[in-house]
Amino acid sequence: MTTTPQPSAPLAQGTPPAAAPTTPAAKPARGALPRRPRRGPRRSTPLTIAMLAALAYFLLPLFWLVIASTKSTQDLFNTFGLWFSHAPQLLTNVKDTFTQDDGVFVHWLLNTVLYAGVSAVGAALLAAAGGYGFAKFRFRGDRAAFNLVVGAVMVPATALAIPTYLLFAKAGLVNTPWAVILPSLVNPFGLYLMRVYAEDAVPESLLEAARIDGAGELRIFFRIVLRLLGPGLVTVLLFTLVATWNNYFLPLIMLNDPDLYPITVGLSSWAAQAQNGGSGASSDMLALVVTGSLISIVPLVVAFLLLQRYWQSGLASGGVKQ
Amino acid sequence: MTATTAASPKGRRRDGPNRPARGGRRHRRSAGPLFVAPFMVLFLLLFLAPLGFAAYLSLYQERLIGGTVFVGLDNYVQAVTDPLLVHGVVRVALFFVIQVPLMLLLALLFALALDSGLLRLARVIRLGIFVPYAVPSVVAALMWGYLYGPDFGPFAQLSRDLSLPVPRFLSDGWMLGSLANIVTWEFVGYNMIILYAALRTIPAELYEAAAMDGAGAWRIAWSIKLPALRPALLLTLLFSVIGSFQLFNEPNLLMKVAPDVISSSYTANLYAYSLAFTGQQVNYAATVSFLLGLVIVIVSYAVLLTANRRRTS
Repeated sequence: MTTTPQPSAPLAQGTPPAAAPTTPAAKPARGALPRRPRRGPRRSTPLTIAMLAALAYFLLPLFWLVIASTKSTQDLFNTFGLWFSHAPQLLTNVKDTFTQDDGVFVHWLLNTVLYAGVSAVGAALLAAAGGYGFAKFRFRGDRAAFNLVVGAVMVPATALAIPTYLLFAKAGLVNTPWAVILPSLVNPFGLYLMRVYAEDAVPESLLEAARIDGAGELRIFFRIVLRLLGPGLVTVLLFTLVATWNNYFLPLIMLNDPDLYPITVGLSSWAAQAQNGGSGASSDMLALVVTGSLISIVPLVVAFLLLQRYWQSGLASGGVKQ
Repeated sequence: MTATTAASPKGRRRDGPNRPARGGRRHRRSAGPLFVAPFMVLFLLLFLAPLGFAAYLSLYQERLIGGTVFVGLDNYVQAVTDPLLVHGVVRVALFFVIQVPLMLLLALLFALALDSGLLRLARVIRLGIFVPYAVPSVVAALMWGYLYGPDFGPFAQLSRDLSLPVPRFLSDGWMLGSLANIVTWEFVGYNMIILYAALRTIPAELYEAAAMDGAGAWRIAWSIKLPALRPALLLTLLFSVIGSFQLFNEPNLLMKVAPDVISSSYTANLYAYSLAFTGQQVNYAATVSFLLGLVIVIVSYAVLLTANRRRTS
């Protein structure tokens, strides 16, 4: 087996992310990262058993979630948590989740897709252009600007959230989708990652050749560089997607109209209702919270599985250079 | 500041000793700022401006009489002597000291095990451990909250069936540990993947050379893999500092399950939030979040400096 060096030779992966493997689970041999030749065929059974035990810990809550989402609220209380009840009703729960409060859950789902999608694509493009600019060009103040951005990695997003809220309130942006999307577009770590990645992945000679052929800088960037940056770009895209999809603090602060909530804030408001309700009208809320939770994690898990070969090699470059 | 320098492409060229000479391609110098500008403009507006605004707000107080008044560092004096804030920061620091080493050690062990080539089902195990990262922390906290529950949580159910004492995960003494478990569950896989990715970039020749010299698996792990992991470990440590000190989601959600245990000032970040949005104390909230940011930057720098000193010595 040959080792595919990465990230120095992503040329082989010049296909756009959209053409990513469609059935990744079925193609384990084309795994995410290049494999070294195996050193001896022996495998360790005790080590495998120990790791499977660890795996059980990580999968247990998800196993519980799958089981729990097949139960009515009553069965959640009355039957053993780690096994199915006698009357599984997953489809009823899913239907109820989608129809509760005039289908507000569908709003939340669509909002999440919108916020996370726009933020991730925007942040990845901005980071790619910026990272490429810092990696391949020298200009006045470039070092100071880059250091400023890298230093900003350490500033916690939540320390910014409250002043950002106040500024947005003055600008009339609070309680609009922009309040959630705009702050997510700036990803200092993404820029750092893209710079490191671009240094290796974009050969000077290719740029020179394109320039000699008379291509403009923008054209070079969109036609050539973006493709070379593929795996790094997917990494930033996916991790911004997760960060925005899972974001709770920012939308909690910025939004107060339930129709604008993303899933996280919506679910926590349902959870609060289920907690307060106890019995009576909202006694069925618990099953909806559980089922909604399950539905909310499916898209990201699928995204990670589909794109794993890209994001894993992209992450490698960030962890190696510092 | 940065945007203006970035936006002035005609700046004098300074070819310092570190700057490779670039020939006379003038268009190259003008294109750099062009690519960097969109990010830097948004960075200025959405990162530096709020930071500056927080600093500005923290110097003022809103008073019933006289409106908003400049009070200098009064808010900071109040903050550092505020027992609620101090307790919140100490609690979070304790959390950090216990949870982060545990999490990173587990991530390191898992990454080394995966990289050793000794595992069966390595791919399944790797993705399985990583999956919790894709679970929103809200959902993770809700799930674990139900799992911890004394009524229908499976642990409580099992202990009742076995006539054992029911573990009180949500009690005062256990809460920090229960939170640590949730955060560990969420992030071990993420850290493991970063470390594993770094391990995969070690050239195979190094291992071959070491094996020729008679090094065993442990020796290789200790003398080749661990040193090569240093930057990746530093990165994960840095992210853990940032993450721990802004702990919010998990305590905020478990607060609804255990309101007697988790107060609105349980962590520093929770405190800043409740000051701003339930207490209407905007200036003081800005002070607290600015201070919190400062603490994180200081701890991060301390981590970086310690790591660098150890490297040179």
